[in-house]
Amino acid sequence: MERRMTQSLTLSRLSKSYDGTPALRDVALEVAPGERVALLGHNGAGKSTMMKIILGLIPFDSGTVEVLGARPGSARAREGVAYLPENVAFHPSLTGLEQIRHYLRLRGLPVGGAMDLLGRVGLAEAAGRRIGTYSKGMRQRIGLAQALIGRPRLLILDEPTSGLDPVSRRDFYALLDGLAAEGAAILLSSHALTEVEARTDRLVILSRGRVVTQGTLPELRRAADLPVMLHVTPREGAGDRLAQALPQGRMNGTALHLDVAQRDKLPVLAQITTLGDAVADLEITPSSLEDIYSHYSRRDGQ
Amino acid sequence: MTRILATAATEFRIALRNRWVAIAVAMMVLFSLVLSAAGSAPTGALGADRLSVSVASLTSLGVYLVPLVALLMSFDAIAGKVERGTLPLLLTYPVNRAEVLLGKLVAHLGVLSLAIVAGYGSAAVAAFAVDPEAARGLPALWRLVWSSVLLGAAFLCLGYALSARARRPSGAAGLAIGLWLGMIVLYDLGLLAGVVADDGGWFTTDLFPWLLVANPADAFRLFNLAASEATAAAAGIGGMAGAIPPLYALASILLWPALAMGLAVLAFRKVTP
Repeated sequence: MERRMTQSLTLSRLSKSYDGTPALRDVALEVAPGERVALLGHNGAGKSTMMKIILGLIPFDSGTVEVLGARPGSARAREGVAYLPENVAFHPSLTGLEQIRHYLRLRGLPVGGAMDLLGRVGLAEAAGRRIGTYSKGMRQRIGLAQALIGRPRLLILDEPTSGLDPVSRRDFYALLDGLAAEGAAILLSSHALTEVEARTDRLVILSRGRVVTQGTLPELRRAADLPVMLHVTPREGAGDRLAQALPQGRMNGTALHLDVAQRDKLPVLAQITTLGDAVADLEITPSSLEDIYSHYSRRDGQ
Repeated sequence: MTRILATAATEFRIALRNRWVAIAVAMMVLFSLVLSAAGSAPTGALGADRLSVSVASLTSLGVYLVPLVALLMSFDAIAGKVERGTLPLLLTYPVNRAEVLLGKLVAHLGVLSLAIVAGYGSAAVAAFAVDPEAARGLPALWRLVWSSVLLGAAFLCLGYALSARARRPSGAAGLAIGLWLGMIVLYDLGLLAGVVADDGGWFTTDLFPWLLVANPADAFRLFNLAASEATAAAAGIGGMAGAIPPLYALASILLWPALAMGLAVLAFRKVTP
């Protein structure tokens, strides 16, 4: 109980089905203040459903959901929670500035902060133009600006970087880092695995409505026990010697490739170091998040 | 309250940009002027002032036009938000659904009031231009203005209810047109058919007046014609005006906006974003 009170978000045994089709099954998840958690899963895995339940937009069948110590969708929860929907949309007749000022008023805050918010997402110059004329990336940034209003304590971001160019993505994650450092809890979903890999604290993989695994990337890597890739480049003329010493590898033009199981990693490395001057270079590639992700998704029968 | 006003300000801005303000005002002014020009003939025979006669004609105009403009402005209110995908985000803000609807009502009613004042006002100016006695009709005009605003509020809220119920703008538009035809045109035709078939029996004497009062459009017409000096200038259903105390009609046009708003809030609560 003591622990639960400190969490920004707690889901336990959460289940939800649409007309008999299960969308979420027995989901348990906790997000602590200052923590950045990425929710990964195929389309239809239940990510958006989970987010909408957390926001109180749709009801759930069983289990408990606690948002900032309150019921999802309650006035207290809504005051501290910010949301960025997937494919965020706004009224095309309003300008970006008018839209942000409107959202500020709805949160009971002075509208003077609107330009500052737009500046933080790089939209200061387009503030006076109608949203109907914006590109998808610009709309996404308006969505982000509204999610920054009033120091939210929990941010729920559904595919926040879709439509953003690489530079904007980097800026976006820098903004998130700042928010997390101030104590905001962040739950975001994404398809861009490489970017969440580096910019979040914990990963939650959702498949067919179930949390199939969660943890930090090293934890998931260990648990998945996927092979590590070694690329050994031989010195001039030492190729054959290397191939004989490491028969499990396959020679590929200039280098020898080995897929090594986690538990064999250190013994194989020790063996390579005994080869001495036959080795010109060695490169180790751990399993990527893509590999881990497809490992867990496949295991679940997809 | 700030949230209702914030919503109202934004909705009014949208109505202005979407030309709804211009369209509503132009429609009301145009029809009012045409009607006051066409209705100039019977003045002398009745001995009433020009403005009172205009008010009688404007009552008949308002009964059709005010609900139509109100429904046209409101059918998109919820269904449009659902289709554009702006509803889920809005509902995560600390604003409740009744506040969203009230904010829209304030804005749309503002636009409608502007159109009503401009339309009836231009007819009044025309009346004053030809008849120095027109000032006698001012109380009737004032009554027509505020009762038109209430009639508009009722149909705006009915439009929101349809919009929430339909969830798609095309469906909501169909329902709105159906509602207008049903409540404004077919309702009266049905009642007339009933009266004719009944031939002065129980339906005509006991039920018919209540059925008239139950419809906000008929109540609006009854209230304005009963109080008007120029009742005789109006034909048809207006002839019944004497049979029902104007107070009942007034109660009906006061209650309908609240009732319709209640329906709209209930329908909106059922919308899952």
